[in-house]
Amino acid sequence: MAKKKLNPLDFEALLADINADFPTIQALDKDGKVVNEEYMPDLSDDEMVELMTRMVWARVLDQRSTALNRQGRLGFYAPTAGQEASQLASQFAMEKEDVLLPGYRDVPQLIQHGLPLKDAFLWSRGHAAGSAYADDLQAIPPQIIIGAQYVQAAGVALGLKKRNKPNVAFTYTGDGGSSQGDFYEGINFAGAYKANAVFFIQNNGYAISTPREVQTAAKTLAQKGVAAGIPSVQVDGMDPLAVYKVTKAARDWAVAGNGPVLIETLTFRYGPHTLSGDDPTRYRSKETEGEWVEKDPLTRFRKYLTAKGLWSEAKEEEIIEATKEEIKTAIKEADAAPKQKVSEFLGNMFEVKPQSIQEQIDIFKAKESK
Amino acid sequence: MAQKTMIQAITDALALELEANPDVLIFGEDVGNNGGVFRATEGLQEKFGKDRVFDTPLAESGIGGLAFGLALENFRPVAEIQFFGFVFEVMDEIVAQMARTRFRMSGTRTMPITIRAPFGGGVHTPELHADNLEGLIAQSPGIRVVIPSNPYDAKGLLISAIRDNDPVVFLEHMKLYRSFREEVPEEAYTVPLDKAAITREGTDVSVITYGAMVREAIKAAEALEKDGISVEIIDLRTVAPLDIETIIATVEKTGRVVVVQEAQKQAGVAAQVVSEISERAVLSLEAPIGRVSAPDTIYPFGQAEGSWLPNASDIEAKVREIYEF
Repeated sequence: MAKKKLNPLDFEALLADINADFPTIQALDKDGKVVNEEYMPDLSDDEMVELMTRMVWARVLDQRSTALNRQGRLGFYAPTAGQEASQLASQFAMEKEDVLLPGYRDVPQLIQHGLPLKDAFLWSRGHAAGSAYADDLQAIPPQIIIGAQYVQAAGVALGLKKRNKPNVAFTYTGDGGSSQGDFYEGINFAGAYKANAVFFIQNNGYAISTPREVQTAAKTLAQKGVAAGIPSVQVDGMDPLAVYKVTKAARDWAVAGNGPVLIETLTFRYGPHTLSGDDPTRYRSKETEGEWVEKDPLTRFRKYLTAKGLWSEAKEEEIIEATKEEIKTAIKEADAAPKQKVSEFLGNMFEVKPQSIQEQIDIFKAKESK
Repeated sequence: MAQKTMIQAITDALALELEANPDVLIFGEDVGNNGGVFRATEGLQEKFGKDRVFDTPLAESGIGGLAFGLALENFRPVAEIQFFGFVFEVMDEIVAQMARTRFRMSGTRTMPITIRAPFGGGVHTPELHADNLEGLIAQSPGIRVVIPSNPYDAKGLLISAIRDNDPVVFLEHMKLYRSFREEVPEEAYTVPLDKAAITREGTDVSVITYGAMVREAIKAAEALEKDGISVEIIDLRTVAPLDIETIIATVEKTGRVVVVQEAQKQAGVAAQVVSEISERAVLSLEAPIGRVSAPDTIYPFGQAEGSWLPNASDIEAKVREIYEF
């Protein structure tokens, strides 16, 4: 049916019209039941099990990282529990040659994309070796400046297009990040150049303590993509199958040369913003947290897979134990990393060293040899 | 050899590098069909196509991000910031992102980016067009700031900057764009980065400067020569990092120094030059180090530039003072 023509001076009607266009895409409900067949992805049983395995892995990694941080064995840590579907199901749609430009909470995707776990731990501990990426790891280290990865992703995406590569730049920020100037510049540039990018806003409701409602008057964050002229979708970020489906479709669209897509995932972090002193009880109620726990991505996917006979408690236990072992090994490897040298830092400032740098290298080499 | 203005020399350099290397890309606001507001990229889109030379949306941070991302895909971006006073919008991408990447990733990635921008006073631009902001970038490790003072150097330095695997902020003084011509070879050649030039040999006082102030220093030196005062002029060319060796050599030669910059006095490049001399060659000095700079106000409105900007007579007076100390 054709849309009713709106009176351009009826601002209320205009606003209602904008806000009506962004429904939340969902495939599985919180009980693991398929509610929308059309949003079910084309994944084999094995692939579904693999995706669930990665989500369990991420949950264990979060639990262990939190514990290790509290024991003083990790440094900076931004908890990820609750965001597994948003993070791991979107990453599941990536190819190895796709380029990942993560935010600081997006370490699980980086590891799945090829960053050795040991290096993720070294990054957390503030060791330079954690960011010395292998040549074939198509990623940059987690971005700290909110939103900067968005403009960079536009550049990578244009580069991929210019090279005629069948690949995509994937970048993530949060609901707070969607308030940044770089957010708008990034989607606008990629849109203008029809560049191969998929932009994620992981809307977990809070920019540290500032609720999403204080960030913007927009009803959804997805609709911010309209201003850049790019397709934009809001998806249930606690639903791994819907997240995968939307991401895969977005990737296909971008690779085909149609330009970028913006995806808002509605998700939640159970923990604090980071383990560096944030206390979510100051800005979130127990009720709010409880409501989100009911939507837990692992619970609903577990129910779905169990009903299909693809999952069991024993299988999950096996994965949990294997992940704990993997973490133990990686921590040991990280412990064995060599002491960092300022002379090496200086050596990595420029390819051709100016006099001042060369002099400082000599000074630090002498100090370090003592 | 043809006589060329600095802007022609810059266009030459860009054309030669586009020709030589398919990974070189030129982009910025109005650099395509319009050839840039100063016409530095005139004719390049026509010759090399819209894939290689292209306009961007009007957003400086986006331009910086584009350069960063294209560098990750192994292109050699040459991005134009329309006026350097607009650099604040792209400071994060320049100093916190591209300047940091080689260090941050332990040398596993490079950022072969050149950021070009017009700057500098004396041409009656509106606010935030002329400001001398090189000191802001010069304070950031990991990025070079290159400022040519003449057409020959502009071409050779720009080619070096584009070929360099580290980011370079390449600042073009607007007053120098078309104010004089000099012999510039047709072919590609390089002038080394990180290396100052001895613009004029002298024995009594060293004037250490860069950019448009080199021209003023030459005028001052010519006037002083008539009174038998021999001035050596050092053109820093790369203002960060500094060519300390050349600076110290001239100080040891003359024992008297005047450091000149168009920028305001506080902090900045001249202060760094003075610090290096104090640290390394204080016993070679026969007099205090003189400084000529703009005063510490915000960059003035166009009609006041004449009294605000340092000039040849300020340099001449300061050299006399140091000479007679």
